[in-house]
Amino acid sequence: MLKRNIFATSAGIIMVGAIIGILAPILQKLGNPGNMGVCVACFDRDIAGALGLHRADLVQYLRPEILGFVLGAFLAALAVGEFRPRGGSAPLARFLLGMCAMIGALVFLGCPWRVILRLAGGDGNAIFGFLGLAAGIGIGCLFFKYGYTLGRSVKESAGIGLLMPAVIIGLLALRFIFPPVADQAKSGVLFYSLKGPGAQYAPLVASLGVGLVVGVLAQRSRFCTMGALRDLFLFRHWHLFSGVLALLVIAWATNLALGQFHPGFANQPVAHTQTFWNFSGMVVAGLAFALAGGCPGRQLFMSGEGDGDAAIFVFGMLVGAAFAHNFGLASSPAGIGPYGMAAVIVTLSICLFIGFTNIRKVGS
Amino acid sequence: MTERVDARGLSCPQPVLMAISKMRELDSGEIEVLVDNATSKENVTRAGQKSGWLLAEIKEEGEEYRLLFKRA
Repeated sequence: MLKRNIFATSAGIIMVGAIIGILAPILQKLGNPGNMGVCVACFDRDIAGALGLHRADLVQYLRPEILGFVLGAFLAALAVGEFRPRGGSAPLARFLLGMCAMIGALVFLGCPWRVILRLAGGDGNAIFGFLGLAAGIGIGCLFFKYGYTLGRSVKESAGIGLLMPAVIIGLLALRFIFPPVADQAKSGVLFYSLKGPGAQYAPLVASLGVGLVVGVLAQRSRFCTMGALRDLFLFRHWHLFSGVLALLVIAWATNLALGQFHPGFANQPVAHTQTFWNFSGMVVAGLAFALAGGCPGRQLFMSGEGDGDAAIFVFGMLVGAAFAHNFGLASSPAGIGPYGMAAVIVTLSICLFIGFTNIRKVGS
Repeated sequence: MTERVDARGLSCPQPVLMAISKMRELDSGEIEVLVDNATSKENVTRAGQKSGWLLAEIKEEGEEYRLLFKRA
């Protein structure tokens, strides 16, 4: 028999969810935006801004948490012999799903991780985001039941598998070479925000440290916010969902302890109150994550394990963030963007097209 | 005769869907499930045991895992 992975047990996944539930609100206390201790969509969007892929000057910061997620997962996978370079499963579809997921998430203003953190901070608007997420994942489950698949991946060379960690190390190097400078909107090649969410960040060592710890823990435990609902709907398996529940409960308790719990709907941090669009944005995101096989965090962790398909999804999210802000698709606390409605319709259509056109039986 | 499910190269949730589908189809006997990553190994193991099948053996062969399930 093979050695047991304690992080993948019921106790292990609950422990990981609880640890994230403590660390995320602490990052908020240390400077990250409200109810945004960790948000993969928001942070990828900030990274896209830092690199100048979009020029929304309120959301530009090369978030070390995201870099830590990938590097932590990479190191954990290397340490236990789970670094397996692979790829080649419908890369363009995965890229587009990444774009759609990001655009949908930015209509709501948060990824599934932030749905939980917004709920834990008392943001009632996130209830509709959660319902939308569940609905989107539910639609994805129907596709799986009817035989949806993006096909098999194949083994790739170690060099291919190392590309994503290398890109991340390169980005981290940029962060060290061009650190933020007080009252300067640009440092070397990197853009920085002088106000807004992009100007709110925890110290580098805390952000990177938490990112690395979460990367290691999530790689070992397979923590996945989308998989939590998917496995519940498809198999009635509570395993992953128990980790998400632990995240919600412990983040709520930590917020209470830190004075960060503010129940209500109006004036919530980096959130709007347009219920239908909060719901429908996350329908798109949930469906896209389901069709691609992982929440945005899980895609980052898998990319660190050598999964090139997950890495392509991540790049799709970055480009999706750039589109969202360049073309007025993203929401703001004032409400949805000028083309937010069209964005939901188009991205939902793309996801459904990919779903319907990939229903087939894979030979066993 | 041992039935075989080849889930190599497939991502979540397909290995579990394929394994459970075969378990429901057979109801008893032996099923060998092939996967090529640790996550699928853990997910299929958990799903098989929840479905009432005994995990008789796990073999790691290179980068692949062979999971042998049995049910009387």
